[in-house]
This record gives sequence, C-alpha cells and structure tokens, in this order.
Amino acid sequence: MTVDITSRGGARVAQLSGEVDLERSPAVRRALLDALGAKAPLVVDLSGVSYIDSSGIASLVEAYQTARKQGTAFVLCAVSPAALRVMQLARLDKVFDIRATLDDALAAV
Amino acid sequence: MAEPAATRRPPTAAELEGIPLDEREAVIEVENLVTHYGDRKILKDVSLAVRQGEILVIMGGSGSGKSTLLNHLLGLLKPTSGTIRMLGKDITRISEREYTEIRKKLGVAFQGGALFSSMNLLDNIMLPLYEHTDLDRTTMEIMARMKMEVVSLSGFDRLMPAELSGGMIKRAALARAIVMDPRILFCDEPSAGLDPVVAAAIDDLILSLRAATGMSVVVVTHELESAFKIADRICVLDKGAVLTIASVPEVKANPDPRIQNLLNRRTEEEVLDPEEYLRRLTGESQS
Repeated sequence: MTVDITSRGGARVAQLSGEVDLERSPAVRRALLDALGAKAPLVVDLSGVSYIDSSGIASLVEAYQTARKQGTAFVLCAVSPAALRVMQLARLDKVFDIRATLDDALAAV
Repeated sequence: MAEPAATRRPPTAAELEGIPLDEREAVIEVENLVTHYGDRKILKDVSLAVRQGEILVIMGGSGSGKSTLLNHLLGLLKPTSGTIRMLGKDITRISEREYTEIRKKLGVAFQGGALFSSMNLLDNIMLPLYEHTDLDRTTMEIMARMKMEVVSLSGFDRLMPAELSGGMIKRAALARAIVMDPRILFCDEPSAGLDPVVAAAIDDLILSLRAATGMSVVVVTHELESAFKIADRICVLDKGAVLTIASVPEVKANPDPRIQNLLNRRTEEEVLDPEEYLRRLTGESQS
C-alpha cells in the first residue's frame, strides 16, 4: 500500500494504492492528516485501491472531519464499487463528496 | 504456492457475484467430526462446508447438537476426532497463537449478547479492536460508530447494557461481531425471543451485511421463518447427525419425517421401551 501526495493547481492530491486494511490504515490516516496540514483542498484518489476495510474508511472520515473543521474542501474520487457498498451500508455515501474521476474532483474543489 | 486463505484479502461481494456457490472457495470445511460429552456421543460424523459469501443456517431441535457444533467451529471445544478447516487451517491441530490469528477474522454474535455490563455500548463494540489492533482511539471510535449506524444504534454510545432492550442487545452483539470486518460471521439465535418485526429487521441486517461485504455467515437458529428468509442452504441436525444440507426449497421438499417434523413443529413420537422407562423412573438407569 502506498500514499503519494502531490500538488495539482491549488489542491493537494492523495493517491492511495493497494490494500488499505487494519495494518495499513494507520499510515493512510497519518498521510491524510499531514496533507491537510497545508490547509489546501484535498482530493483523495482511490483508483488504485484494490481493497479498503472499515479502518481505512474510518481514516477517511476522520480526515474529512478535520478538513471541515479547518474549512478546506475534501473530495473522494474513483471509489470502487466494493468500497462504495461498504460506505452505503453506513450511509457514508451521503456524507462524503464523491466524484467519478480525478478531473471531476479537481474541478469540484 | 497459493497464499493461504487466512492471509489473503477476502473477495468482495462484487467479486463473488455471478459465481455459483459450489464453485466458490470453502471458508469452513468440517470433516467427520465426532465429539463426546463423557460416554455420550454428541456429534456423529458431521461433515459440512461453508463457501465464500454463503449464509448457512444450522437448524435442529433441542439436543440436536447445533450449539455443540457451533462451539467446535469457534474453537471452544476439542473434538474426539475429525477436522475443522477454517480459512484453510485445521483449527483442531494448530497452536493457540495460530488460532488467535484466525480468530481475528471471525465475528461472533452470541445469543445473549455477551456485552460487558460495566462498559457502555461504544466501549463494548470497540472491545475487539482494543484486543486485536493498535489503531488510534479515534479510528476505533469511528469504526465502532459506523457499525452502530449499520445496526441502527447510532447515538446510543453512552448507554449501558442494562438500559438496552432485547432487540438492541442483539443488534449491539452484531455490531461488535462485525467491527473488525470478519471473513466469517457466526450468529447464535440472532432473532430468538424478539417480536416478529424486530426479528425481521435482524434478518434484513444479516442479508445487507452479506450483500455489502461478501462475508460468509453461519447462523444457528430454530426460527423457521428466519432460516427460510436468509439461508442459501440449511443444515439440519438431528441427534448429532446431519440429516441434510440443502437449499431452502430442497429442505422443504425433503420427505424425511424427522425434517418434516422439525419444519412443521411436530414432536417426534418416542418409541417407548417399558423396561427402560421403568429404570428411568426408579433412577436405576443413572447408576
């Protein structure tokens, strides 16, 4: 699992790839919270994620809440159907701003 | 060599769609399981398999051995003979440490809830995360609250178990059982003692969980309506032996009088041996 943080225009983009599970989600959490330290809009690109469990989704929730508190945009993109089903179960699809592609997400922030 | 099932990431529900049950990998394989309580044979050569994403319901009357079978599947009892392969490992022959690794991938909703009375609902649901992970407290709380939302217990973090209704206890037990995204969920009488509406809601919840996550589910129940609603297959136990493992329509159509008695809630007429009965009445059969 890797997290690459890059800048695109005025936004930060966190590209996650691989499996985000109980062992790996702490690294994702730290990377997202660090990225939010720049106080810039954050797009989390999940296109490279093959599996994400509840701990990974919880890390996204915490990062989103942190972004909201500091008034920066936080958008998810390229969420896999499997991840979306888990989010829907906890009704998180109604909480997150989810876009189909990275370009859509960047246009939204 | 293929990676063992216990360490490989689980298939998602979407990945399982379209694959017939019989073609999916078995997450549980029980072969020729025999167990005794003292001299009494409780399980007689039980064999069964549970596939990825399958809901298997184990049914049987009182004393049929279904609770004993569940306890074996959970590694709480050692059999006299036979094997139980759980996620590819024979749990009757592995070390405590190896079993702990398997156990992390199992969720269990116990019949009575098994909630700790001194802990509030949130802490009860977070308990497996405390025990088995080093996650940050905030992550654990969010995970637990996500599961509370799933089971419609959102906002009840601080309630103590004594303040919960029967239905809430069952749902809390489910939330705790799924908090670590188990590969296999075990439910012991998940809707017993609940009114029909609440019981139906628990059934729907189990179906939703399986649909969203692709987890396999083993349900022990004597609630016929619930079994017919949620089961992919039903395993009928009678006097410690498997009578059939089949789909709901196949079980309903099975002419075996023992199965029909169970389905029609008829008691089986015991063949009376007058001498044995007399010995029982006078206590001589105990000695």
